[in-house]
Amino acid sequence: MRAVNLTGVPGVNMSQESLVEIRDLNFTYDSRPVLTGINMTIPRGKVVAVMGISGCGKTTTLRLIGGQLKPTSGAVRVGGQVVHELDSDGLYNLRRRMGMLFQFGALFTDMSVYDNIAFQMREHTNLPEALIHDLVMLKLHAVGLRGAHRLMPAELSGGMARRVALARAIALDPMLMMYDEPFAGLDPISLAIIGELIRKLNDALGASSIVVTHDVQESLKIVDYVYFVSEGKIVAEGTAEDMKNSTVPYVHQFIWGEADGPVPFQYPSRPYDEQLMESAVRRG
Amino acid sequence: MVRALRGLGQRVTAAIWRLGYASRFFLAMLLHSGTALRRLHLTIREIYFTGVLSLIIILVSGMFVGMVLALQGYDTLARYGSTEALGVLVSLSLVRELGPVVAALLFASRAGSAITAEIGMMKATEQLSAMEMMAVDPIARVVAPRFWGGVMSMPLLAALFSAMGIFGGYLVGVQLIGVDEGSFWSQMQASVDFREDILNGVIKSFVFGIIVSWVAVFEGYDAEPTAEGVSGATTRTVVTSSLAILAADFILTAFMFTGT
Repeated sequence: MRAVNLTGVPGVNMSQESLVEIRDLNFTYDSRPVLTGINMTIPRGKVVAVMGISGCGKTTTLRLIGGQLKPTSGAVRVGGQVVHELDSDGLYNLRRRMGMLFQFGALFTDMSVYDNIAFQMREHTNLPEALIHDLVMLKLHAVGLRGAHRLMPAELSGGMARRVALARAIALDPMLMMYDEPFAGLDPISLAIIGELIRKLNDALGASSIVVTHDVQESLKIVDYVYFVSEGKIVAEGTAEDMKNSTVPYVHQFIWGEADGPVPFQYPSRPYDEQLMESAVRRG
Repeated sequence: MVRALRGLGQRVTAAIWRLGYASRFFLAMLLHSGTALRRLHLTIREIYFTGVLSLIIILVSGMFVGMVLALQGYDTLARYGSTEALGVLVSLSLVRELGPVVAALLFASRAGSAITAEIGMMKATEQLSAMEMMAVDPIARVVAPRFWGGVMSMPLLAALFSAMGIFGGYLVGVQLIGVDEGSFWSQMQASVDFREDILNGVIKSFVFGIIVSWVAVFEGYDAEPTAEGVSGATTRTVVTSSLAILAADFILTAFMFTGT
């Protein structure tokens, strides 16, 4: 399937300098192609969504940007550096400028909320504990959970855990924020809060954000640009408005949540009548 | 037949590959041990979780093993009229063999399985991935402290196991059965050699500590990130480390005590 650029302009229709550039990216896992010929640009200061059904390669894209996976071919550049060519020190230096929100928060369960957020500060800086305290409170205040700093992760609701994880991800004021399904499993109020925080924190930090999601309604409210991925390929791209008005069958099915379409309802199998006939013959 | 041979070959190849992977993991862990040893509070925390929290099971088991040894030993020694050697029998059995081996088996079941489950769950809930993305190496921050915590705890636990066993043997042999107290302690003092018996026992427990801790952290780190995967890894930790302890015990005993 050929990628459809709904803005009508090749590449991204944003003139800003880009922070992340993905060119001709291919990734194969156990000889199964996961991503094929991916090209993406994440401009500085923008929030970009990568959308698609589960298993289409969205999270793999994030892991390639973060250097947790190496591409089969092609390259991911972050801040001008080719991620897979960095040695481990270079990669760790780059990651200090990245923040990632995992699908279910991935909070350290043996640490309190406070210690979770202070973790990176203690690992990477020599800041005095008093200053770390002030910074942790500042981050918690930003996500509205200053009063929860003594709680353990097990005492938090799903939405609160996601907000704490967000505060942890921005602990060192990253230049790039990556969100892996930030809306999954949240109630409507938490969903709105997380959506608003993603936008506000991105603008306040002057960072760039990549939101991997299949939540259409919430993400289209906050993002500047959208890439649609299907079976490891980009099939459409454009602004949120472009996507809502799209006539591309896959995008239309996805945006309007239709049960059948280019993504079939039935898992691939033999024709049903043929299977029934065979069963009847076997029974005699 | 061909299929069976192919299956066997695949299993052997997979086992060798896994052993190689475990060895590389061990080397990586040693290379990244600087953090664990420099920031000693990380290792001390693990000594608490693996060592201190294993104390109850080690002390109680040690005492019962010593009591059973005294009962069985007295019965046998009485046939040869040498019940005064009961202290020697109990102490040598414990410091040379039972202390290090049984303490290590208990340690594998209590602490080894806990280490595997903890690291496995951290992997399943993406905590290790999160750490990597925060530019913190999980092998240095999570794995190495747990490994060294286990290695340091094991000889201490084995020593306490033996001490409690000897006390249990004293309670049964001297207080309950009525073996002469002076003979019990003096023969023990005369027969147990510090280098030959105690030091070799400590070396054994140190080696067992390395085995159990290595297997436990490796299985946790390599666990499939699912509930089933973590459960399987925990079981493998107990089974693999128990067999490895017994095999290593045979080899070490053959080198240490042959001809004495």
